[in-house]
Order: sequence, then structure tokens, then C-alpha cells
Amino acid sequence: MRALRSVFYVVALPAALVALWWLLTLGSDSFWVPRPGELVSTFREVWIGPRFMDDVVPSLTRLAVGLVLAIALGILGGLAIGSSRVLRRLSEPVLEFFRAIPPPVLVPILMVLVGVNDTMKVLVIVSGAVWPVLLNTIEGVRGIDEVLSDTAKSYGIHGTSRITMLTLPAASPNFMTGIRQALSIGLILMVISEMFASSSGLGFTIVQFQRSFAVTEMWSGIVLLGLIGVLLAGIYSFVERRVLRWYHGLKEVEQSE
Amino acid sequence: MSETTPSPTGQPAAPGAAAPSAPTAPTAREERQEVLLSVRGVRKIYPSAAGPVEAVRDLTFDVRRGELACIVGPSGAGKTTLLKIIAGLLEPTSGQVILEGEPVSGPPRTMAVVFQEYGRSLFPWLTVRGNVELPLKNARVPAAERARRIDEALEAVGLAHAHRRYPWQLSGGMQQRVAIARAVAYEPHILLMDEPFAAVDAQTRADLEDLVRDIWHRLGVTVLFVTHDIDESVYLGERVIILSSSPTVVQEDVHIDLPDERSQLETRSTKQFADLRHHIYEQIQLAKAGIVPAQIAAGVTQKEV
Repeated sequence: MRALRSVFYVVALPAALVALWWLLTLGSDSFWVPRPGELVSTFREVWIGPRFMDDVVPSLTRLAVGLVLAIALGILGGLAIGSSRVLRRLSEPVLEFFRAIPPPVLVPILMVLVGVNDTMKVLVIVSGAVWPVLLNTIEGVRGIDEVLSDTAKSYGIHGTSRITMLTLPAASPNFMTGIRQALSIGLILMVISEMFASSSGLGFTIVQFQRSFAVTEMWSGIVLLGLIGVLLAGIYSFVERRVLRWYHGLKEVEQSE
Repeated sequence: MSETTPSPTGQPAAPGAAAPSAPTAPTAREERQEVLLSVRGVRKIYPSAAGPVEAVRDLTFDVRRGELACIVGPSGAGKTTLLKIIAGLLEPTSGQVILEGEPVSGPPRTMAVVFQEYGRSLFPWLTVRGNVELPLKNARVPAAERARRIDEALEAVGLAHAHRRYPWQLSGGMQQRVAIARAVAYEPHILLMDEPFAAVDAQTRADLEDLVRDIWHRLGVTVLFVTHDIDESVYLGERVIILSSSPTVVQEDVHIDLPDERSQLETRSTKQFADLRHHIYEQIQLAKAGIVPAQIAAGVTQKEV
């Protein structure tokens, strides 16, 4: 019964939206807005086939590499900056400066400096996705409870043990929030990085469709991007439920008090 | 000592009143001659915007191996400052703390601390068992040995059934039991407790006090128990060190000559208990008023030489 209900909640709104779309496009033959059935068959033609290996897989690989790098850099940097007052005070204005730069403007610069290749695209993704992870990790490390910290110290937990036994788990609610933001930023930058001087990838293909007025094909690309977003969110919440089970339990107890 | 009734009201305990020869429990306590912890002229001055604040002026006292000593003082007496200095978490401005002959310069391996804020001193991402295990893992205690020590410690605090739960799923009293189990499993030579029961209800508190006496008896560990509760200090301790108001010195060092077997019901209703309580209460009032016994103010402390 409960399983049925949760399936209902997941499916109900998308189903209603598709039904509405179907109704509104019933009997229309607009060039710009395809009908649902049309889009489904185009989607199949376009994406299930060689294009999957040629465009989708490279895009997703770059996204994955970029996100992993951004998360690793963000957490490592956040641990270092968050643990040291000197580093924190030194880096604060600089971080604000870099964070304010919209990553798309870096694309031409990176193209010149790095060349038009995978490295450039990965760097664009990292340059945008690293900030929420970094800043949230700094916040989390800085906010470690003093009593908890004293407890760890009094039991001789210092150095690398302190990082693995205290700092990382204590900051995990913060950097997980950062990772969630990084996922959507990464997806956006994946597309943008492929829109300039590229020869493969989702962003490239969608722009190609746009320019050649292959409107239904372009729509199918947009749908695919949305589905990738849903997939990323699903993976995220699967991991988060496991990593932060304690945190949600703790919050629940605190709220009921 | 046992045949002469203590006269706690009146003059401060004479030097020698808390002498190690006191025959409260003659067996197995002979090694008590040995000083385990020595606090020597400890002074702490905090810098602040309004100028330096002297939290602790000059504290000198010894704790012998196997002793259960309570430190009691008016609020703001620098009890927590003192405890942090003893625990190696804070540097004194001058003076030193010597544990088993070694000056304390960081948290010593043979010491465990139980903090007042149990909710903030347990690792919320670890289960009860994980919390007790963490210091042992960090000290690279082999797994089998670790398991044995965890089981024994949880058994000792009456939490053997709850080891899979998370601390935040437990009541305050049970959380503090977890913190005590963690300290016990670490097998320290000295257990420092900083007002550990200040935040639990009276009923739970009585149970936990008995737990501390029980663990002290069973393990023979030295306990230094900081509290602001006079009754608690008399009920628990063999000895109560009264601190003055800030800037802190030792107001008086009182030997608690109650029988070793204590019970919440009986002990607390004896005349002896009431007298000791009265005396300490009086001293705290004097301390609050800023009156320090003359010989202490003159620098003569009551340590045994």
C-alpha cells in the first residue's frame, strides 16, 4: 500500500503534465511544438543508436570526471581552509572574487590556454562546480562543535585520524549540500562547454539541431538533459540517505523536542 | 580518624586530616601514598578586550592514586578552566600539572574526560558502540581486545542492550552513560569529570552518582569530579577540594569521613552528611563573599608534605 502510494506521488504530476501537453497539441501540427507521440519516436531514433556512444557517453564521462574533480578539490580545499584561521582569512576575498566569475566567460580563455579538447570542457565544469562544495565544506569544518573537538583531542585523536574520524563526518551535512548544488551547475556547464567549438557531445548536438531547424530532435535533446538531471538527483539522494542517515535522524529528534 | 567524629564545622580540616593513613579502607589502598596528579601553582589569565582576566590565581593540590576527589566551587570559579588545564586542552599562564611524574603538555594517554554537555561530546554519526570504540581504534587496540573492552564497559554502565542505537535516540542520562562507558573502555589511570550530571534530572542524577562510585570501586581508577553541587560532592567524594571565587585559589581541602558504602537514602540522611554539607556550604558562602582562610591567603596550602 505504501509502495503504491509513493509510486503514485512520483508518477502523478509528470503523467498529468504529459496528458495536458497531449490535449493541447491534439490536432495541432505546429512546427515548433511536437506532439508527445512524435517526440517519443524521435527520441528513440535520435538517441538510441550510434549517437548514444558518440555524443551521450563522452558528455556524461566529462561530466562525471568534472564533478569528481570538483568534489574532491572542494572537500580537500575546504578541509585545509576550514581548519586554518590564517588560510581562511587570507582566502576569503579571493574566493569571493573567483566565485563571482560566471564560468561560461572562462570558456574562450580556456580554449586559448588549454585548447579545444576534453580537458578544457572538464575544466569548465570544475571551475563552476567546485565553489558550492568548497564554501560549504569550509563552513562545515569551521562549525565543528567545540565540545566534540575537545573530546577528540582528549582521546588523542589528531592529525589524519582527526580528519577521518571527526572533521569529515562532522562536515558531511555541509559538503553534501554543496555537492547537490554542484550537480546541477555541472550539468549546465557540461552543455555550455560543448556549445563552443566542439564536434561531439550533447550540447553540440542540440545546437546542431537548433541551427538546422530539426525542432523535434532538439526537443528530444532537451528531454534527455532533463532525464540526466533526474538520474543525477536520484543517485544523489541514494547516496545521501546512506551517508547522512544519522543527520536526518538527529534533526528529526531535535525538531520533535 | 574513624573513632573521632569529624568536626567539619569550625576550623578548616587540619593538615593531615586527609592523610593517606586515614583508615577508611585499609586494604588494597596502600599504594595511595603515591601522588598521581599534582597541580602546582597553576594560574590562568585570559586576554580580553577589557584587559586581562585572571580566571585562576594560584592552585596547588595533589590527587593520590585511587582517590575519588571532588572539586566544588561557586559558579564562575574557573572550574572548567582548571579542568581543561589538567586535561591538557588549555595551557596555564604559569605553573604546571604533573601526571604520574610527567608534566602535562597535551591530552595525556592515561586520562579520560567526561564533559557536561553529553549531547555535544558524543559523535552523532556513530552508534553507541562506535562511540565507545573510536578512541580504542585511534589507539590501535587490536579488534578482539577492543570488542572485549567495549562489551565490558557497556555492561558496566548498563547499556549492553543499546549498543546498536545512536546517541541521539537515547535519553540524556543514557547518553551520559555512553560517555562514561567510552571513558572506562579507554582504561585511563585518571577519570576527569566536568559537572557530568548538571544537565540531567534529579532521579537520573542519583543513579549516575551511584554508577560513578560503583565504577570507581570496581576499577580502582582515580576520579577527579568537578561539580557545583555541594551535596553531590559530599556524597561522592572521599575528599572535597573547595575553590574560592575567581580569581581562584583552594579555599579548603575537606576530608569526607563518611563510610565507604554509601546509599542515596541512608548516607544523605546521616548527621555526618549534614554536618559536612553544612561546613562546605558555609565555606562556599565565604568564598563568594571573597573571604579566604588566612593561612591559604598567606600561601600555606594544605597539601601533605
